[in-house]
Amino acid sequence: MNKTVNKKAWFLILPVLLLVAFSAVIPLMTVVNYSVQDTFGNNKFFWAGLEWFEEMLASERMWNALGRQITFSAIILAIEIPLGIFVALNMPKKGFWASLCLVLMSLPLLIPWNVVGTIWQIFGRVDIGLLGYTLAALGIDYNYTQDFYAAWITVIVMDVWHWTSLVALLAYAGLQSIPDAYYQAAKIDQASRWKVFRFIELPKIMGVLMIAILLRFMDSFMIYTEPFVVTGGGPGNSTTFLSIDLVKMALGQFDLGPAAAFSIMYYLVILLVSYVFYTVMTNLDKRDGH
Amino acid sequence: MSLVLEGVSTVINGQTHIYPTDLELSSGTMNVLLGPTSSGKTSLMRAMAGLDVPTTGKVIWGGKDVTGMRVQDRGVAMVYQQFINYPSMTVYENIASPMRLLGQSKGQIDAAVKKAADLMKLSPFLDRKPLELSGGQQQRCALARALVKDAGLVLLDEPLANLDYKLREELRAEIPKIFEEAGSIFVYATTEPEEALLLGGNTAAMWEGTITQFGKTPTVYRQPVNATTARVFSDPPMNFLDIQKTGDRLLFGDAQSAPASGAFEALKDGSYIAGFRPNHLELAQQAPGALVFTGKLNVTEITGSETFIHLDHHGENWVGLVHGIKALEIGASLNVYLDPKHVYIFAQDGTSVAPAAYAVAA
Amino acid sequence: MAKITLENLAHSYLPNPTSEDDFALKELNHDWVDGEAYALLGASGCGKSTLLNIISGLLHPSQGRILFNDRDVTMAPTTERNIAQVFQFPVVYDTMTVRDNLAFPLRNRGADPAYIKERVQQIAAMIGMEDTLNHKARGLTADAKQKISLGRGMVREDVNALLFDEPLTVIDPHMKWELRTQLKSLHHEFGHTMIYVTHDQTEALTFADKVVVMFDGRVVQMGTPQQLFEQPEHTFVGYFIGSPGMNVLSAQVDGDKAVLEGTQISLGKGFDALSGKVELGVRPEFTSLSAGDEGLPVTIKRVEDVGRHKIVRADFHGTEINILAAEGAEISPDLNRVVFDPAGVNVYSDSWRVAPKVA
Repeated sequence: MNKTVNKKAWFLILPVLLLVAFSAVIPLMTVVNYSVQDTFGNNKFFWAGLEWFEEMLASERMWNALGRQITFSAIILAIEIPLGIFVALNMPKKGFWASLCLVLMSLPLLIPWNVVGTIWQIFGRVDIGLLGYTLAALGIDYNYTQDFYAAWITVIVMDVWHWTSLVALLAYAGLQSIPDAYYQAAKIDQASRWKVFRFIELPKIMGVLMIAILLRFMDSFMIYTEPFVVTGGGPGNSTTFLSIDLVKMALGQFDLGPAAAFSIMYYLVILLVSYVFYTVMTNLDKRDGH
Repeated sequence: MSLVLEGVSTVINGQTHIYPTDLELSSGTMNVLLGPTSSGKTSLMRAMAGLDVPTTGKVIWGGKDVTGMRVQDRGVAMVYQQFINYPSMTVYENIASPMRLLGQSKGQIDAAVKKAADLMKLSPFLDRKPLELSGGQQQRCALARALVKDAGLVLLDEPLANLDYKLREELRAEIPKIFEEAGSIFVYATTEPEEALLLGGNTAAMWEGTITQFGKTPTVYRQPVNATTARVFSDPPMNFLDIQKTGDRLLFGDAQSAPASGAFEALKDGSYIAGFRPNHLELAQQAPGALVFTGKLNVTEITGSETFIHLDHHGENWVGLVHGIKALEIGASLNVYLDPKHVYIFAQDGTSVAPAAYAVAA
Repeated sequence: MAKITLENLAHSYLPNPTSEDDFALKELNHDWVDGEAYALLGASGCGKSTLLNIISGLLHPSQGRILFNDRDVTMAPTTERNIAQVFQFPVVYDTMTVRDNLAFPLRNRGADPAYIKERVQQIAAMIGMEDTLNHKARGLTADAKQKISLGRGMVREDVNALLFDEPLTVIDPHMKWELRTQLKSLHHEFGHTMIYVTHDQTEALTFADKVVVMFDGRVVQMGTPQQLFEQPEHTFVGYFIGSPGMNVLSAQVDGDKAVLEGTQISLGKGFDALSGKVELGVRPEFTSLSAGDEGLPVTIKRVEDVGRHKIVRADFHGTEINILAAEGAEISPDLNRVVFDPAGVNVYSDSWRVAPKVA
């Protein structure tokens, strides 16, 4: 649409541009800088070219972390999306209970992430945590600091507890926008509950679902705080996901070069996947004639 | 203050919404843009208002070129199909809002609001919120807000389309009255020919992004310059028939012919397209020399005092509108009569070669 | 196909209605004859959609019963009533093709696939969509989608009634024609009971055999289009039907004469003594202008050329009278009287029509 031109509008963007430049662009450039240089300390750097990138791509440690991360994200998405939709379908649509449900659903999202980690860390302890104590009382051998499976299950359950609400709320909003007439028509057509979901509800919330999947993928792929607080990446490195590994490398071992190279590649992966999602979403929109 | 469009066209994303158009509107006139959906009415209005910058051409307002000027600087008021009011303000505040923006004095605002509310029959509702009013009242509020601005150009984009049939009639009767009070240029977009006729003034018939004809409404109605205008400006749609002219007679098929008199005399021999309006078909011979056509009756529709008859004439679907309630047998063969003076003749490419005799005589 | 009976039916949206005003639909006793096409006509908020939703089962009435072929279905859910409803905006299953859309109700009942195929073909031919059967329903135009909705409703052979809730609202004006005539042809061919809700008088009158006019939750008149036109039982019917509507003038009626603001006109039929507010109702179609001595003296305010006729808006002592004149007629200033055709004059007392004395 050719809107009328108003040059003054550019000045309104200037503050934001400066902010973004300062907090995002410059640090990003610094990272790129580090990724192609090597140092022996004392702030002396010399050009290393693509050496770090090659080393990273060959590094078994990196591939293992990537593998763990992908498995984690896949499991998270597989649980949270259907569960979120299921919860949204069962939330009341109007009245007092609807408001109450919305508030309850939002609560997990409002908790700071490291507090979430702390909650579950204590919750899972066998001596003072309700969950750990109960499981031990039932005779289940549960120890998330030492047992590989327990650690994974704890981290996954924590993430599901924390983030399913987001999917549920988004799906709920999507469902609210479906006009009543569709449900009425389905009743008249004598359609079963499953068919109503498959042919009316699911297609109509597809756009919103895409957003939910994208957000959950991005966040789970970058997850750091919660698993770090609960397991510290352990036992061993069984829950060391990509970002935890990256921080270990950069701040723990102070290998700036490899860490920087790793960051860039990490960033590119997320960028690629987000782009794919975005294209799918806009194509969905176009197909619907928007 | 006149509004002149010179070669204005709008092309968006490679799609032409309006082809290069020239138009001149004088102040104090009611101008109707008539055409089906997607014929370019809204795009043209947006270009006039300044909401869109035209791809080519100039918009000249009162002698000044305003093509790139923002709409806020132009003194334009617009009323939309969806009743658009500020939901959190009362009706009084809604109507007062344009004047408050212009910085007018409290006394002036009060007087103007009371006057507009009176005109639109909203005086008892001044302290209610728009959503508490009925659809018709909300639209009246939007209209009042547009009027009070005393803008030079008032654009109405199918403002009555979302209202009940009867309400539409009522409001439509009031619009000419409001228009007479103001001195602005009114531009009213609609898809219904009847609305154009009731509003009077000038009409621009539009089809797929072009203005096919612009002139005084009765003229555009009775003397369309091409078949497209005739089609746009007829509801029910005009009936068409292929005819031949040989010598001094017009041949309508089925051994029906009429003398090629008056404007038809000068036509060259050859094939033409004849058009006539449904209300000119009759079930009994009224005039001497009327043409008789036989068709198979598909369906009849009764509107209370008139009957629509849908005929099949040699594969063509014809519509006729006759007075009175007629109970006719579906599937039966029916004779319909047409007085030749109601026939319009168009060339094969659609341009009008001769308007109907009755239209010129009127 | 079914006969639908409404018994003492009324509905209020409030939990504890006290007065009549609390009822959206006031008490109603009515029989809908099997196989007829009805229109429910009225302004917004008059209760017509409420009535339709009670018939379809989407709403349970707060009072009374509704029977299909003498079977009480008042509390029966929509799925059991075997009706079809076409809504204001097209409701199609976007992800399915046209064919699957039409087959949907039959598949839900577990019908035989061969039968489904044949029936879908039949219905597609009826609505004229045979060549788009394999298209996805998503990208089609609004009128095509409405046709699909209609087809989906008719695909069940034993459907009791077809209900339409202002179905042509989103359709382009020039397509409205086609759809309307198609509906009428379908009714003629298949004979389903059809109930059509609308606020558009042209749609109602052209579609229905009988029109039910509703006002303020009450059925004001039910009759053929001709009856509604020539003998409106209520001034609302006179006003609502006809464009422009009926002229209503205050008068004093004495025997077979009426006096309006001092002028006497002859009614052509006699009336008993009348009480309450007395008015005369005359449709513009039954009026004509004259330059003579008979009739009411009027001043002509505006003449509107509507194409196929002219509407003359005249003023009679502050009341507006609309008069129809032929296309191309001369309206000269010396036409200062309006004459009523006695056959078209109706007398109203407190807005309800009074029948003339039988001679």
